[in-house]
Formats: sequence, structure tokens, C-alpha cells
Amino acid sequence: MNIPDGWQIDIGLEIHAQLNTQSKIFSGASTLFGSEPNIQASAVDLALPGVLPVVNEAVYAKAIRFGLGVSAEIAQLSAFDRKNYFYPDLPKGYQITQMDLPIVTGGHIDIVLKNGTAKRIRITRAHLEEDAGKSLHEDFDYFTGIDLNRAGTPLLEIVSEPDIKSAFEAVAYARKIHQLVTYLDICDGNMSQGSLRFDANISVRREDSATLGIRAEIKNLNSFRFLERAITYETDRQISLLEANKSVPQETRLYDPGKDETRPMRSKETATDYRYFPEPDLLPVVVTDEMINDIKAEMPELPAERCQRFIDEFKLTLTDANLLANDRRLADYFETAVENSKNALLSANWVKSELLGHLNRDSVSIKDSPVSAIQLGELVSLISAGTISGKIAKDVFSALWSGETTSATIYIEQHGLQQLTDQTALEPLILEILDANPKQRQQLLSGKDKLMGFFVGQVMKQTQGKANPQQVNTIIKRLLQETP
Amino acid sequence: MNLNNATISELHQLLITKAISATELTKHFLDRIADRDSQINSFITVTPDIALEQAKAADLALASDTHTMLTGIPLAHKDIFCIDGIRTTAGSKILADFVAPYTSTCIDNLNNAGSITLGKTNMDEFAMGSSNESSFFGPVSNPWDHTKVPGGSSGGSAASLAASLCVASTGTDTGGSIRQPASMCGLTGLKPTYGRISRWGMIAFASSLDQAGSFTRTAEDAAILLECMAGHDSKDSTSLNLDVPRYTEALSRPLAGLKIGICSDYFKEGLDSAVENLVLEGIRELGRMGAKVSEIELPHTKFSLSSYYVIAPAECSANLSRYDGVRYGYRCDNPVNLEDLYKRSRSEGFGAEVKKRIMVGTFALSAGYYDAYYRKAQQIRRLIKNDFISAFKQVDVIVGPTAPSTAFPLGEKTNDAVSMYLQDIYTIAASLAGVPAMSIPVGLSKGMPAGLQLIGNYLEEAKLLQVAHQFQQQTDWHKQQPQSSIR
Amino acid sequence: MISDEELDLLGDLAQLSLDPDNRESTLTAINEVLELVATLNAAECENIKPLAHPLEAEQMLRPDAVSETNQRAKFSQVAPLFEEGLYLVPKVIE
Repeated sequence: MNIPDGWQIDIGLEIHAQLNTQSKIFSGASTLFGSEPNIQASAVDLALPGVLPVVNEAVYAKAIRFGLGVSAEIAQLSAFDRKNYFYPDLPKGYQITQMDLPIVTGGHIDIVLKNGTAKRIRITRAHLEEDAGKSLHEDFDYFTGIDLNRAGTPLLEIVSEPDIKSAFEAVAYARKIHQLVTYLDICDGNMSQGSLRFDANISVRREDSATLGIRAEIKNLNSFRFLERAITYETDRQISLLEANKSVPQETRLYDPGKDETRPMRSKETATDYRYFPEPDLLPVVVTDEMINDIKAEMPELPAERCQRFIDEFKLTLTDANLLANDRRLADYFETAVENSKNALLSANWVKSELLGHLNRDSVSIKDSPVSAIQLGELVSLISAGTISGKIAKDVFSALWSGETTSATIYIEQHGLQQLTDQTALEPLILEILDANPKQRQQLLSGKDKLMGFFVGQVMKQTQGKANPQQVNTIIKRLLQETP
Repeated sequence: MNLNNATISELHQLLITKAISATELTKHFLDRIADRDSQINSFITVTPDIALEQAKAADLALASDTHTMLTGIPLAHKDIFCIDGIRTTAGSKILADFVAPYTSTCIDNLNNAGSITLGKTNMDEFAMGSSNESSFFGPVSNPWDHTKVPGGSSGGSAASLAASLCVASTGTDTGGSIRQPASMCGLTGLKPTYGRISRWGMIAFASSLDQAGSFTRTAEDAAILLECMAGHDSKDSTSLNLDVPRYTEALSRPLAGLKIGICSDYFKEGLDSAVENLVLEGIRELGRMGAKVSEIELPHTKFSLSSYYVIAPAECSANLSRYDGVRYGYRCDNPVNLEDLYKRSRSEGFGAEVKKRIMVGTFALSAGYYDAYYRKAQQIRRLIKNDFISAFKQVDVIVGPTAPSTAFPLGEKTNDAVSMYLQDIYTIAASLAGVPAMSIPVGLSKGMPAGLQLIGNYLEEAKLLQVAHQFQQQTDWHKQQPQSSIR
Repeated sequence: MISDEELDLLGDLAQLSLDPDNRESTLTAINEVLELVATLNAAECENIKPLAHPLEAEQMLRPDAVSETNQRAKFSQVAPLFEEGLYLVPKVIE
């Protein structure tokens, strides 16, 4: 996206992350996704007369973990407030949220700009609140159907300062948040299921203006692509308006992926005075230093730290370390493979190429990989020990992937795939091939090193790939020296 | 023994000695309700089938010696408590056909103790009122004089007991809704410390003020009910996580040395002089019993009414947002769009007083007014709480009138809202602070009961009950009954 | 005191429609209460922290476990309009 000359964009993102707790924030109903409608809507979630909320302890631990992960301040005293508005997916007619005393304030996320430099995006606050239910507009002709399974799912709303200055930066920031919340195991990051949603506050101003322009809020973006497209469209729209000497109305808009444009929201939900006041049914929550220290002690390693450790401990390159450390499950997989294979570099290669290649080819996510980290580790250790060649290993991998076998060792035994390393067996075979190809032999002797590949290839063919190419190479050289 | 003025403890004796069965006792009250309730309209729903089934179970428990003080005792419950399978209306059209799918904790406690549910009593709509005239189900009459109000909002619970249609009843008190009707009907009414009794299942009006409590003939009965109803409930975050004392055990300690405080603010203009005399006589009686009376100050009492009439409407405006015709309750016919559904269901379903308070509350919370109204009221609330904390450093119990007059005529104040609100002038402060308070009968003025209010420090229900019990040993105002109920 | 326009705004916020017949009496009634509470202004409250809960206590936290079962059949019985597992409202266009 190109920002026209003379203009500056200011973007603040509000990211809603669904916390991956078993039960809801204020009720004991399940948070499982995709169930039959309204089977996970308890009395509290339905806002029946006389019901009351009770806070789930896990939401605090997860919110604090987030706060620690962005170097923010954790509030010793936090409380809940009511945000009042009417909408059918909000059963009480108010949302329980944290306005005055959020659990987390401050903090930052560092992103990498296109030119490779780092930029710090400041976080204003992160607070706990409950998700609303779902409105289904397509199922009935004259009605909208309300499913309250989702009502009460815990959300952590992460609010950034308007430090983001382009769609690129917005996506980079959003990706970092996504990575962090999945890394910390506080959110499953499944955006197609709505686990992470973005609201973008966008305004533009002339480069020399000291004050921010009027902003529009684009709500409920649930993919990085939509985030990028919405910001691009919106920025163009606002600049066009201002260039034509019109003003940008402050309003809430939705992004329409079909038309690739934003348009104002029609419902009145947005244009309202929320009348926040302290939630009388819930008492303030006290977080002690002890609690924070306990959570700190259990914090998983953050991506940047893990990447550095892969470089230091396993001697991976920056590129490889980045790739493997980027996704927590992949990083966990890799480390388990290393544990089993005792060969970090080889494991890295295999995870990078064979594993990721197959995962992508078959559109399988790492958590559903048919080849487990332990199985891969076993395979790599066999290569490392020289039991099989790299080429044969690929076949074994395929067998593991398809489920033909569950153990590399057993498969190799069954099919007699052990590498041929026995010199006494190899030598006569190599001699035979050398003798059978005098012309190529002559060329090799006269310096055409390329022919080594030919001879090695022939040996591999004759041994059904079981010979070790390096060893074959060495033997050929020796034999030629002995008997040119 | 006359079943129509027997206490829980007296009836308990009859039951365990098999002088009467739970079934007989229950039938007695069901028959009385059927014969007489049309005169006072104290019940919204009578539950004879359920009551008789419970009575059967109670008789079995009594036979096998697995009973409590409450086994077989017929009670009436304010229609603000959800009871599974029973219509629960909060006195409103918007819940006129709502059959609750679960039971409130305090009623559950009473059921588990073996008590009998005679039915759900009438009340001011959503507990907003001081005369029980705003109910969708019609006004309630005071059994002492059918042309007069029983007080409110728990008018039905008070009237049903005063008319001897039950042995005791439950109520709720947000600004005086147990104490004021208790005073107007000649009963013992108790509002415990905020959080003492769980609010789970109690339809919310003003969350930080609502408390469940009881109407009984004696302080001893109130102690029995409180022991059963009170306790920590993990489903109510505001419920106190403290053990429940054996309130019945503290009753018989004599009063000698008890320090009683009188606040001059409670004896100002507006208090009926006959009521004032009865109250002062009651205080003198306490003096004769060994209590030491002194004057205390509650300087911020004069702001309690205004503070309450900001906080209560504000909280209720949010608590009543859930009544929208979508998941339960009244739904208007053929709504054309969402806004129509909400506005018409709510406007047709709620009565005038409720709608007015929702509007006032919405205003008090709105942008631009929040600081001047809601926030200010919450600051005053802290000052009122501090007043009580100071006062209780000097005295054990604060004593005064419960209400400015005896029961007024039906219709007298329906068009004079402020005059109606002033009914709560003595009771509101205790609600704002969350301290426990009781009203006990202290005499009759022109044949109508007046009440003596006792206010205690946090969690001092035992002391209040002790004072009330001792007073009731020395006097017999609490034994007075309207003529109509003795027969 | 509130004006006629503010009355409409409040009606929207509270989702209550104002019956044209008693609009004026509603406005009067509300203003009456506001007059009653105007005595708030006289209270000296500088540096006083607002009291949100009568008791100074801390929130008890509940363990993260699923404790509710599917009660859709029971709860939907009290619903005014419930079909195919959903609560129905007039169609909303976003």
C-alpha cells in the first residue's frame, strides 16, 4: 500500500483474544466451539432473572501472563464495570468489562519494518471482558436467530496506542500479538473460529498536522488479509474525502470482503452512551506479588528468547532459528525431535523441508501431523548413525506419513533398507561398475570430476539406494588411485 | 393452642409431639388462604399441590426423627424469589407468566430444612415501592384495616402473616421493604447485613442494596429463619464467606449494660407524634430493662434519601435491561423490528413507577451527569457508612422509629411520589451502609401498629435479635393481632 | 432537570417508548425525583472515595471447570419465540 505524499496515517488496534479456558469468564458453561446452538448457554449466560456472575480464576492467570509477556504493569487491584447497551446477542443488556481498573496497563510489542529496523508499538492497556453471543441472519426469512453459546466466553481486549502508521505495520503488530498469545498458551489463535478479532481505529492527517484526524472504527476483522485490505480502503476513502474538502464523520464501519470496501454499520448499537459504572455484583480482585511471581515462574519461553537459544544451543542459522521458533507448536515439535535424535542440525533440516513440505502439501496443521516428533527424531537418529542414507530416509518418512508404519526402525528391518556400509561388499560392486564403464572412468581420471556423480549414481542404483554416497565417493577415489 | 398466632417454635413442639401433623397444619393455612385472601390479595400464586406434597414428606421426616425446627412449617415467599417450576413474577406484567427454571439459594435452604411453600406473595413491582400498590396483580390491603396499605415492597409477605395465612414469610429489603411493612402490620421484620444471605435466585432490583430477610411473629422465629437462610454461596460473589452463628443461642442474654443510641435526626419534623410517643416509650422500656441510652449523631442522614434515589434507580436501570422479550417474559405482538420489540415489550410490560425509575437511573449514569449524580451519591454512601462506624464505637444498637407514620390509606400517596419516598426516610441509611436492622412492634396508634427500628453494626444480627427477644419478653405488642385474623 | 429532547434520548438509551398521552406527566415525575435528589449538591465530598460495595471484601475466584450441563430444553420452555435451537428476534440488517 502506498501512502500518498503529504499524508500520514494513524492507526490504533483493539485486538480481542478469546482466552482458551475450559469454562466461561462468569459462568461454568463450556467454551467449546462449534456446538449445537444454545446448549452451552447456562442460566447466567441467558441472563435469567436472579442470576449472578462469578469470576473464573484462570482468566486472571492468562491476562497476567500476557501482561508479563509485553512488559506491562499488572494492576494489584482491578475491578469490573458494566457497559450498557441493547443488542440481542447481549442478554443482560450490558457487558461486564473493565473500564476504570484494567488488569494490565502499558507494555509494548516490537515489530520489524520493511527496511529491517525495529519499531516499538506501545500498548495502552489490556482488560478482561465477556464475549457476546452470535446473531444468525441467514437462517430465517423474517427473523434473526440468536445463539448464546459464545456469550460469556472470556476475552482479553488488547488496546494499542495509535503508533501504527501503515497497513504493513498493523499486520506486523497483529501477527506478533497472534504469535504471543498462542505462544503463551492463552489463546488458540484460530482466527477462522473467531479466537482473535481486530477492530481498527483509523484516521489520517496532513504530514505537518500535529493533531490526529477524526477517526473511523472498523470492527470485527478476523484475518490479517482483511485487516490489510480494510486499512488500505479506509485510508484512501478518508484521504479522498479530505482532499475534496469534506470531513470524515466519526463512525463505526464494517469491512465487506466481497466488495473489498468499508461501509457504516447500520445498527444503533454503536451510537450510544454506554453509561459505565462499577459492577455491583462483583468485588474487586486483588493480585499479590506472590501470584505474579508464581505466574512468572511458569511463563513459557517467548519467541525471541527461544530463537536466540536455538542459535546459541543448537547452532542454527538466524533464518532457520526464526522459522522454527516462530510457531510454538513447531518449536516444541522441533525440540522433541532433537531430544530423540540428538542431532539438532539434521533435525532442523528435516523439520524445515520434509515435515513442513508434507504439512503444506496436504494442508495439515502441525498438531495433526501423522508423523510425531518422536518418530521423526528416531528417523533422524538413524540417519545420523549412518544406518540409512538420506535418500532411503525419505522413503521411510513417506511410509510414516501414510501410516504404513509407525516405527522407522521396524520398517527398515522389514524391508532390509539398512545402508550398505560394509566395505568388503561394496568394493567388488564398485570395481565392477568402474570396469563396466571405461570411457567414463577415463574421463574421471583425466579430471572431469562431474563424472563422480555418474559413478555414485550407478552404485546407488545397483544398491537400491542403500549405499552411503560419501562412502562410495571415498572408495571410488581410493580404487582409482590404486588402479588407475 | 391457636394455630393462627402460634410461632414456629410452638408449632415445632406440636409437630414433634404429634399433636398435629404437617399435612393438617398445611391444610389449615391453605384453607384460610382460600377463604380469606381475596379480602387482602396478599398472594399472587398459591401452591396447594406442592405444599401438600412437601407436607407429606415432612410428616415422614417427623416420624423418622430426621427433622429440623422448620420441618412442616408453612411459609409464604415473596414473589421475587425464583422457585423451580413455580410462577415467579416480581409483581410485574413482564414476568406474569414466567415459570422459574431454578430455585434461589435461600429458599432452597428453607425447602431442604423441610419447610412448606404455601405460595408466592404479592409485592410492589420489581420491589420498587412502599405501599404494595404498584403490583400488576393489584394492591394488597392491610389486615388491620382493609382501607389501608400494608407497606411495601414486601406488602404481600407482611399482610399474609398479619392475617395468619402463614406462620412466617420471606421478604426482601432494599431501602426498607421488610422493615416498613413489618412496622405497618405489627410484625417482626429482619434485614440482615448485606451479603449475609445469598442473592442467587433473588430477582435483582438494586444489587448493592438488596437483601433477603423475614417476617415473623417473634425475634426467636426470626433467629430460626436466619440460621437457615444465611450462609456463604459460591454462586453469589457478594455473599459473605463467614460461618453462620447459632442465632437462637444468643437470645436469652439479658440487656444489662447494653448501650443504645438515639439519633435526633430520626425524631424531626415529619414523624407522627403518636408514633413518636410509642417509640419513646419503647426506648424507655429498654432503659428499664438495663440498657443505657445516649445520643449519637449520624450527620449525613439528611442525604440518605437523595443518595438512595440515585443509586437504586441507577442499578435498577441496568438490572432491568434484560427484560426485552427475547429469552423469557412478556413480548409485544408482531414487533416490526428490533427496536419495536424492545421498546414495546418493555413499555407495555413495565408499570409506571418502574419505568420512571429506569429513566431516572439512566439519567444519573449518563455522560455529563455521572459525576454530579451517581459518583456523588456513592461518595455520600461512604460518608453514611463512616457515620455508622463512628456511632457503633459509642453504642451497641441504634434505636428509633421504623416509619414516619402508621399505615396510610390506599390511594393516598399514589400521586405523591415524594411523599411515598419519604416513607423510607429512617430505613434507607442502614441499607446504604449494609448494616443489619430490624423492626419490632412497639404499640398501636388508633388501632394501627407502629414499629421500633433497631440498627446494629455489621454482622451483629445476634445482638439485634437478643435485644428484640428480650423486649418481647417484657412487652406484648408483638402478640397483638388484627381482629380479622384471630378467628 | 431534564428537557423534552433529553427525555427522548433517555427513552432510546433505556429502550422505553414514551406514550404521547402522558409524556408531560412522565417528564414532571422524573424532574420531581431529580429535585428530591438535588440536595446531593450540598454534601461536602472532597477527597471522599466513592463506595461501590457496602463491604470491603475481595472477589472469590472460581476454578476453571465446566460445571454446567445442557439445559436448553428446560430454558427454552420459557422463551417467547424459539425455533431450531435459536432465540428469534425481528431480522436485523447489519
